Amino acid sequence: MTKRFFKDGEHWVWLNAGAVSLCLIMVVGLLVFIFARGAVHFWPHAIASVEVVDGEGQKQAYLGEIYDQGERYDSSNSKFYPQQLFKIGNRDVYGADFKWLDTAWVKKLDYPEDAAVLERREWGNFYGYILAVKEDGKRIATPDLAAQRAAAERLTARNRVLAEQIKDIEKDEIGRINYALEEERLRARAYEVRGEAVPAEVLADIEVRKTLLQQEYKALQKQLEALYGEAQRDEIYVRLADGSEKALPAHKLVHAFFPNSLSLPAKIQFFGAKLWEFLVEEPREANTEGGIFPAIFGTVLMVILMSLVVTPFGVLAAVYLREYATQGWITRTIRIAVNNLAGVPSIVYGVFGLGFFVYFLGGNIDQLFYPEVAPSPMFGTPGLMWASLTLALLTLPVVIVSTEEGLARIPKAIREGSLALGATKAETLWRTVLPMASPAMMTGLILAVARAAGEVAPLMLVGVVKLAPTLPLDANAPFLHLERKFMHLGFHIFDVGFQSPNVEAARPLVYATAFLLVLVIILLNLIAIQMRNRLREKYKSLEH
Amino acid sequence: MNTSNMNTTNMNAALDPAIAPDFSGEKIALEVDDLQLFYGEKQALKSIDMLLPEKRVTAFIGPSGCGKSTLLRCFNRMNDLVDGVRIEGSIRHHGKDIYAPGVDVADLRRRVGMVFQKPNPFPKSIYENVAYGLRLQGINKRRTLDEVVEWALKGSALWDEVKDRLHDNALGLSGGQQQRLCIARAIAVQPDVLLLDEPCSALDPISTLKVEELVNDLKRNYTIIIVTHNMQQAARVSDYTAFMYLGDLIEFADTNTVFTNPQKKKTEDYITGRYG
Repeated sequence: MTKRFFKDGEHWVWLNAGAVSLCLIMVVGLLVFIFARGAVHFWPHAIASVEVVDGEGQKQAYLGEIYDQGERYDSSNSKFYPQQLFKIGNRDVYGADFKWLDTAWVKKLDYPEDAAVLERREWGNFYGYILAVKEDGKRIATPDLAAQRAAAERLTARNRVLAEQIKDIEKDEIGRINYALEEERLRARAYEVRGEAVPAEVLADIEVRKTLLQQEYKALQKQLEALYGEAQRDEIYVRLADGSEKALPAHKLVHAFFPNSLSLPAKIQFFGAKLWEFLVEEPREANTEGGIFPAIFGTVLMVILMSLVVTPFGVLAAVYLREYATQGWITRTIRIAVNNLAGVPSIVYGVFGLGFFVYFLGGNIDQLFYPEVAPSPMFGTPGLMWASLTLALLTLPVVIVSTEEGLARIPKAIREGSLALGATKAETLWRTVLPMASPAMMTGLILAVARAAGEVAPLMLVGVVKLAPTLPLDANAPFLHLERKFMHLGFHIFDVGFQSPNVEAARPLVYATAFLLVLVIILLNLIAIQMRNRLREKYKSLEH
Repeated sequence: MNTSNMNTTNMNAALDPAIAPDFSGEKIALEVDDLQLFYGEKQALKSIDMLLPEKRVTAFIGPSGCGKSTLLRCFNRMNDLVDGVRIEGSIRHHGKDIYAPGVDVADLRRRVGMVFQKPNPFPKSIYENVAYGLRLQGINKRRTLDEVVEWALKGSALWDEVKDRLHDNALGLSGGQQQRLCIARAIAVQPDVLLLDEPCSALDPISTLKVEELVNDLKRNYTIIIVTHNMQQAARVSDYTAFMYLGDLIEFADTNTVFTNPQKKKTEDYITGRYG
């Protein structure tokens, strides 16, 4: 029996199957782990009200989430004391969001129904009880949970509308005016750079436009002031766990909710809403709160631009290498070089991109075409275009290699069939060989996308920033601003995880962002794979 | 001098009678003159001299490696694609040397069409396969294409089978249909010579029969040269048969003579199945 088992090679089958299972478990485990760790951030956790008497006999009371467990080592008696980490929020009151409390100190711990979490635009969450609100100058008491909830909803709804209006004016309208004003300034400056006097009619035109824009700006400014006045009208009066009271400006409020009284469906709904907000909102508070939409957008846009650059270049190079170049030691050397290029550490590409693309190419482009913007650079500074080009260079080898393989796989019979009908080599390539090799090109592109989307190191040198004030795509002509800096999910992970002022609070965001990055890469790949499958179906090769 | 009209008996006088069939009354399409072909150091064709009559079917037979396919591929310069090939001597197509410098090879291949051993349709629709050669010539007018595609498919006896699915992928056709599609593709550009390189070797007997019937029809308009391993096929379809052995043209005569009264011992041995 055992002998047969080994003789038939069953043990190899088991070994192989085991290896596959292990790989699967690791991949699935990774995804589940980062998802679970990230999703925690969006779940409405119960708020504990805790009363403690600390080591010095001081009485303290807090409201907060139980965040972690740990132990405290007391060196005076060499003992370990179990501890709990509470997220107590109220950074403006306590100075820190987190507090370790010895389990032994806890005298009372319960979950009051009316404990409220007030998510604010600044200073993080506030944990407390809503006492009353001031609306339109009148103080309205909120004696029970229903009234509190209603008041919170009214305020947040009103805030949402006002914030939206303010953002529209500040970002879009004033952004557009600034952009137009800068255009006018550059128009005049262009003459100066050329050493010419600005023609009178142009100058007049510029002045007229500037005045118009100025007026528009003033009107907007007034509107904005009115809106801000509106927004600052209301206040919320809250009681902290220790009984002290505090007035919070209502316009800083993003959400107010009562996690202890939420039913499970309500919690799930809340979770979904938070997740959605994470996807579509802009980041706040040094990226530790709000959403990551600009980072998603930047990542996807950069990958698309990179694909648009790398595919034609890679295909052209591969066609020359495989179809036209005389196969000899030179082509062999080039192939080896290309393959080795794929192994160069990505940061090296970043350094090259900075030196060549940004400083040399970008600097020269500025001097030649945009002398009026000096001394501030336009293309001579890291930006979206340079990042895309650097990554295109980085992924060029994969595209070349897979295209070459694809070309090599086209049956000789097909080429001969085309040539025998009077096609030249170029016509054969263009009409038959390249379309048939297109699935292989897509394979190259898929590999390139997978590599590029996950790359961070070179991007830090050639265009990615912690916080980009504007998206690289907007309503101001020419719409796609290749010279702008952008945000990227990979860098966002690094930034939130290691550069943020509040690492503890931001940690779930690291996981959530990581999970999202994986999702974005999977999504981009699925699109490419879908395209490849359609091409394969179209150009399926001969079945003999 | 218009060689296709010249008196052929004079030309043949210089040749060995075993390879100089009686072409009285025939026009000559191709003249092969002292053709030698080398693959690197190895000589694959040894001084071939032959004339090929117009609008007739000429079969090349011989054991594997005898050079019959190589010779066939000389007529449309397909051998140019092979690395390290050297060709000496000349082939004249209607009097013009196809190996002369400055010859437009693409144009030559348009006039000398070829069908390969394995069906090799492009992974495109049936229609586009047939229209391929026309599009190469810049003919993109729908009407013209429609007409030629129909004409070529009828000419290759495929029309009735595919007329309802012209825009389906050609790879969905059976092997025999694919081969007839390749013939349609070749005749769509209206060549005057059609080279068939073992066109039936990958086909079943019924498809083979259809292709053979087709060859019979096509010889009214085209000069056909067919390479085949199958001696019955050569006997059935060809007017003239050339027997080659190890790069030499051993015997060339009208098919009847070659199969019933071969002049050379080697030919007799081969067609009676003593080797092959």
